[in-house]
Amino acid sequence: MRGPGFLEQLEAAVPGAVVGKNLEALDPWIEVAPERIADVCAWLARSSPVRFDSLQCVTAVDWCEPDPKKAAKVAWQPHTEMVYHLWSTPARASLVVKAKLPRWQADVPGQPPEIPTVCGVWRGANWHEREVYDLSGVWFTGHPDLRRILCPEDWEGFPLRKDYEMPLDYHGIRGR
Amino acid sequence: MAHLLDDDPRIIEFDVRTDEMLVNMGPQHPSTHGVLRLVLRTDGEVVSEVEPHIGYLHRCAEKIGENITHRQFIPYTDRMDYLAAMNMNLGWALAVEKLMKYQVSERARHLRVLIAELNRIASHLVGMGAYGLDLGTFSPFLYAFREREKILDLFEEACGARLTYSYITVGGLTADLPTGWLQRCESFLEQFEPIIQEYHALLTTNAIFVKRTANIGVMSRELAIDYGCSGPVLRGSGVDQDMRRDGEAIYTAMYEGYAFEVAVMKDGHYPRDHDYPAVPADAVLGDCWHRFFVRMLEVVQSMDLVRQAIDRYSACKGPLGDPVKLTEKMPAGDAYLETECPKGQMGFYIVSDGSAIPWRARARSSSFSNLAVTHELCRGCLIADVPAIVGSLDVVMGEIDR
Repeated sequence: MRGPGFLEQLEAAVPGAVVGKNLEALDPWIEVAPERIADVCAWLARSSPVRFDSLQCVTAVDWCEPDPKKAAKVAWQPHTEMVYHLWSTPARASLVVKAKLPRWQADVPGQPPEIPTVCGVWRGANWHEREVYDLSGVWFTGHPDLRRILCPEDWEGFPLRKDYEMPLDYHGIRGR
Repeated sequence: MAHLLDDDPRIIEFDVRTDEMLVNMGPQHPSTHGVLRLVLRTDGEVVSEVEPHIGYLHRCAEKIGENITHRQFIPYTDRMDYLAAMNMNLGWALAVEKLMKYQVSERARHLRVLIAELNRIASHLVGMGAYGLDLGTFSPFLYAFREREKILDLFEEACGARLTYSYITVGGLTADLPTGWLQRCESFLEQFEPIIQEYHALLTTNAIFVKRTANIGVMSRELAIDYGCSGPVLRGSGVDQDMRRDGEAIYTAMYEGYAFEVAVMKDGHYPRDHDYPAVPADAVLGDCWHRFFVRMLEVVQSMDLVRQAIDRYSACKGPLGDPVKLTEKMPAGDAYLETECPKGQMGFYIVSDGSAIPWRARARSSSFSNLAVTHELCRGCLIADVPAIVGSLDVVMGEIDR
């Protein structure tokens, strides 16, 4: 789908950025180091043989088990996973790019983890990243206008985090 | 100078410097298609900046999806794009089926095509009627709703609901069609076909409508692709892409054997398989008129697909098959699937940890990406053109805010 030697070319263009891959998955994905995400995306969108000119979706998946009993059984360490779904209009092909972030920056709860923005690559990333910041609490460095988009601007916490607790009161409105 | 003013009255407008003013439009404005608030920075009649504010209809659908099983999420997808709920059900069902590697029966496959395409007609009729409303003409809305009502009657007969169907579900459909339904559907199509010319007379070729939409809000192909626009908005800019043909195997397999041509302008003309009016001289590819026209072409296209589906479905004698169990476990992993909904490409991303409850249920909304482009289109337009541009994107707020 992405042609032979695709990963080698990516490795040559952005050395050391790809840290993992699974090309046999339902949706083949590559994992990149979070600080290199913008470089990798810029290459994928502009220089790669298959030009991924469209960003379809940005998602953050919170890998955290708030229940300590269940948390002892899971195989993964708590982290936040960024997932970018790319689409190539000329080749009609898709690619998934993932990046692993800590749940909180420097393990300070409440301090969102940081990843460079891809707004400079696709302008459509603007709103998607705002939504991810709003609901999942990931800070996109270099984003031109990073603020909440779906929740009110004075909302506290990031609702799509697994350990999020619904506020009991919002401006006199009961939460439960 | 005097002769210039005589030539074009708009020049006065641009000559006079006035104070900048912020104008609030919405959130309950009749032409914002739901609860959308636009803040316009204006200089006289000219808009220099538009900032959409969304989130008034946010109902935490993704969070809810992390707490219920895959099949229980179907009713929540209804409430995303409530004008094309069948297509939303289908998108989620197929995403789960992709993860489960599940294949529905042949009969269910054709019935899904039938229902989804019929819903596309209904959705485009609302898009067309409401667009007329945005531009200040009331009658096309009534004409569109008259026909849409008949489609809703058919849906009500099939599944009991008029708007939030939950008919298509993971592993198939909740029920088969009642007896006599196909005949009623066929007679509807027969009666509906000539009416499309009526719509073209009311809007497509209407001189005022053309003046209000042609060469307004022109979106280049590059801009549309860069913003991740999809559906009629993307095809209106001349990008030849339709997920029913270009999408993933599990989705295109559904349409295998169906003949249809993607409604997009190629080499200066649209696919000509039906009697429709010529493109007005003022219209430029990517403007509001073209976005509207692509929808009108898709109504005809869907009608044709419904007819094909009726034939195939009635030839299929096999069983419809039962939907999967409510608590059927999903394999661990993730799957992303985009389907061609009337508003554009609706993507569902599902992450599973091996249980029946998704670990993450993400909905990538087409209207969300389509609306994000508003501020680019409205820069430098007149205030009166803002409803024309927003209306031509045909967004539905339930899907944007989820």
